[in-house]
Amino acid sequence: MAMNRKSKTIAVINYGAGNLGSVANALVKLGYRPVVTSSIPEVLNAHAVFLPGVGAGGDTMHSLEASGMAAAVLKLVELQRPLFAICVGMQVLLSSTEEDGEHRCLGIIPGKVRKLPQGLKVPHMGWNQVKQVVSHPVFSGIPDNTDFYFVHSYYAHPRDGSAVAGVTEYGIEFCSMLIKDNLFATQFHPEKSGEPGLTMYSNFLKYALS
Amino acid sequence: MLTKRVIPCLDVTNGRVVKGTSFTNLRDAGDPVEQAAFYYHEGADELVFLDIGATPEARDTLVNVVEKVARQVFVPLCVGGGLRSIDDMRRMLQAGADKVSINTAAVQNPGLLREGAAIFGRQCMVLAVDARRSTDNSAITWEVCTHGGRKPTGMNALKWIKQAVALGAGEILLTSWDADGHRSGYDNDLNRAVSELVEVPVIASGGAGTLEHLYQALSDGRADAVLAASIFHYREYSIRQAKEYLAAKGIPVRLQ
Repeated sequence: MAMNRKSKTIAVINYGAGNLGSVANALVKLGYRPVVTSSIPEVLNAHAVFLPGVGAGGDTMHSLEASGMAAAVLKLVELQRPLFAICVGMQVLLSSTEEDGEHRCLGIIPGKVRKLPQGLKVPHMGWNQVKQVVSHPVFSGIPDNTDFYFVHSYYAHPRDGSAVAGVTEYGIEFCSMLIKDNLFATQFHPEKSGEPGLTMYSNFLKYALS
Repeated sequence: MLTKRVIPCLDVTNGRVVKGTSFTNLRDAGDPVEQAAFYYHEGADELVFLDIGATPEARDTLVNVVEKVARQVFVPLCVGGGLRSIDDMRRMLQAGADKVSINTAAVQNPGLLREGAAIFGRQCMVLAVDARRSTDNSAITWEVCTHGGRKPTGMNALKWIKQAVALGAGEILLTSWDADGHRSGYDNDLNRAVSELVEVPVIASGGAGTLEHLYQALSDGRADAVLAASIFHYREYSIRQAKEYLAAKGIPVRLQ
């Protein structure tokens, strides 16, 4: 039931970085009541969790580790708790990033975070198409090749394609969306991608909280 | 393929949208929150708010506007005008802005770009430049003007932009001082010179009077995005019309 679903706890992880307000604003618009929190118990007890990210991968990893949130995210994945990671939040799921030197990341998705190739404007900033390579309820009502809003200079390069759910072309074709069990991750920002972005969050929460 | 962005600009003073010519003769053009929501539903790719009053009181009003807009508009928001410090930027970002644009403050203290990029990420740091045409031994150059275009600095705009990107600017909001408000087209020599100079995206601004002007800035001017105010404010063209026009001319744009 919709009412039931909307009373469940949704946590937006606050680890001292990023524009957390916009993820929360999008969820409020959808009728949910998210809590933006830096409390580890609150994150671990939530029914669904968002991991936003803006800024540098290395700094983000450092903030996650310093706050103890890195271990909490690993625990959420182990518990198969629905988790949606965004932008740099997606990148830290991989094994390592080459941003500002080599930094170890969470290692949930084997692979590396690499710099976008030279010759095009960096950051990759603006609206670009996401080609859906799997069929999943999270894409419900979202046509293939819909434009989403990107802003990044690095991209996730998983070692194998098993978790790749969407790809985008910018000089190269890169993985712009991952789905692995209850873990969802996008390089783009659904909260800044207009109605299709709101639809994606809505689909995720319907799937996660049903 | 990355699409080109169409960005309506809302010049705001004391909580109202205004529009003028070459930074003067301001006319009232409506409520910023309503305007923002309207553009969002029309398919704007991003919104830019420029506080052209930029007094401390007006700043509080703008923070309030940004908070309201961020609750109902789900595309990127850039806010600028009179931001002088890291704290000013933080307030706007916390209110819901995704990017902040700085102009005069960056000229006076270029270190602000480096500091802002280190704290917020360079994707948040938009360098706004008001560039005025001049000549140097009969070659075209552009001079940086600050204080809302009122104060020429003697600085070469291309050199400044190059330096600012090295410091941490993640995007250039490039306004032609000469063309702004005249509705006779962007300065595409300027747009092209800057687009070819730096690897960060360039938003062309100042001079849009027709849809053809938008097309010229994105093709001839090689800009990544076009910003316009009056052609959208007075409903001469809708954002959708503009995008359909550009798409028909072969420019990749987002059409919902």
